[in-house]
Amino acid sequence: MIERRSRLRRFLEIEVPVLAIVAFALAPYAWMVLTSLKPQSEVTQTPITYLPAAPTLEHYAELFQRTSFGGNLVNSLIVACGAVALALALSVPAAYAFSRFRFAGRKVLLVQFLVINMFPIVLLIIPLFVLMRQLGLLDTYVALIAGHGTFTIPFAVWMMTSYMNGIPAELDEAAMIDGCSRLQTIRRVVLPLAAPGIVTTAIYVFVTSWNEYLFAMMLSGNTVRTVTVALQSFIGEFTIQWGLLTAGGTLVALPVTILFLLVQRRLVGGLTAGAVKT
Amino acid sequence: MTLASSRLAARLQPYFFLAPALLVTVCIVFYPVVQTATMSLYDFILYRPRNVPFVGFGNYVRLWNDEAFWISLGNSVIWVVLAVGLQFLLGFAAALLLNESFFWRSVARAVVIVPWALPSVIIALMWTWMYDFNLGVINDALMRLGFISEPYPWLASPDTALYAVILTLTWQGFPFFAVAILAGLQAIPAELYEAAEIDGATRWQMLWRVTIPSLAGVIATALLLRTIWVANSLDVILVMTGGGPGYTTHTLPLYAFLRAQQGMEYGYGAALAVVLTIMLLSVVAAYVARAARGVDR
Repeated sequence: MIERRSRLRRFLEIEVPVLAIVAFALAPYAWMVLTSLKPQSEVTQTPITYLPAAPTLEHYAELFQRTSFGGNLVNSLIVACGAVALALALSVPAAYAFSRFRFAGRKVLLVQFLVINMFPIVLLIIPLFVLMRQLGLLDTYVALIAGHGTFTIPFAVWMMTSYMNGIPAELDEAAMIDGCSRLQTIRRVVLPLAAPGIVTTAIYVFVTSWNEYLFAMMLSGNTVRTVTVALQSFIGEFTIQWGLLTAGGTLVALPVTILFLLVQRRLVGGLTAGAVKT
Repeated sequence: MTLASSRLAARLQPYFFLAPALLVTVCIVFYPVVQTATMSLYDFILYRPRNVPFVGFGNYVRLWNDEAFWISLGNSVIWVVLAVGLQFLLGFAAALLLNESFFWRSVARAVVIVPWALPSVIIALMWTWMYDFNLGVINDALMRLGFISEPYPWLASPDTALYAVILTLTWQGFPFFAVAILAGLQAIPAELYEAAEIDGATRWQMLWRVTIPSLAGVIATALLLRTIWVANSLDVILVMTGGGPGYTTHTLPLYAFLRAQQGMEYGYGAALAVVLTIMLLSVVAAYVARAARGVDR
């Protein structure tokens, strides 16, 4: 009897509030997906219906047939992959240096990577727009990849450094004693062991670039428009067709949700570095 | 190769590994920062590129007398305090609950992260759709529950627009606190609770005497980091209200952005961005000092 009552109490005190929080977290997402599955007549009907009476994929079909959304998806994919390549190429060697060498200015340089992460985007975006315009790079992949790649580098460096710190330096030393050069050691020992950290960093850069809006809006025109900018522009183009918007939103949100769930624990560990011991 | 020169090469090695990352961040971050600071001293208007007079601190003086600046600053304060505060409270509650054991805990932990993963534009569009006057689910639900008798224009009314956007941002940001605090909770040794229980502490006392003091570091870091992000963020407001109605949802970064992007007044926008940065400097310094402590390990 006591046992049952305390279980009921735990259910009311813990599981019910958790359920409420989970519902709050998921409701807008669910509402977007539900709206995207309703036919146009049902989207604009009052009083509104909660579950689609006749679920349809017509908005998804229209999205690819009548709008440039397919091309926008490809643009976002190219930019995000380019940003991943750029950020990894630069941050992995930097993290290796921070993790394996003790040199003058190490702390200052590591901290400066943290500081530049904190600058307001408005502070950077105005001159970057002017710079890219002078270089004739507006509306090119190069401009967006450079922008997204660069502002993800600081955090990528921190994450990779803490990951590499977890790989015992004795392993490098053993490889070097066995006659490996430094570059061979990096290729055969450090990089394979750091692979999970590199994958996490890559996913972080990919998601950040995929989700980014302000740089993409400022630096791209019609040629390399990304999905986030395209979605926003649907508002003007179609006097807010919510069916199309929610279908597009669902398609954009799905891959990042999955990727993000895969790496969320390590991301938070990196972000709160210094507070939570990882 | 002489011994001295090979030793020099060895000492320079770390800098070779660092050079590419440093070079690029200098070009794309430090150069623009310096440019913005310089630009703020000129009356630089984009469609008038040949006539850029030096005005010294003219833009800053103008800003002091600009009513929209003060409104934006006030909104920014409400924005940061409320959004960060609500994100923290909700995230803290979520973390405490998710630290208890129940059979679907791992599912709940994963699902709570979802809002954080979504692009700001989609978040803004989703909520704009939910706040919609005629077709929005929020008006519909509130009417069905009897809280309001007719639809309310949440985003179009000056009284509620800012708070409606703050609710959206709370939704977006609370998972960050939940996950960070949960990680902190898991690091608290169980012996502390056992000792407290033996001493006859109530659950409420355990929360205040054990849990919160143990989490102080995590909470401080998370609050600082989030304050910086929220103070700088403008994409959600930009998409949801564009700063309107009137100036009611203008925050400082949004105002700077709008002056530069729509008004083409790059000099003035730059001055606003510089002021924002200077105001945030102390928060950034506090965060960096905390994070830098771990570097020497």
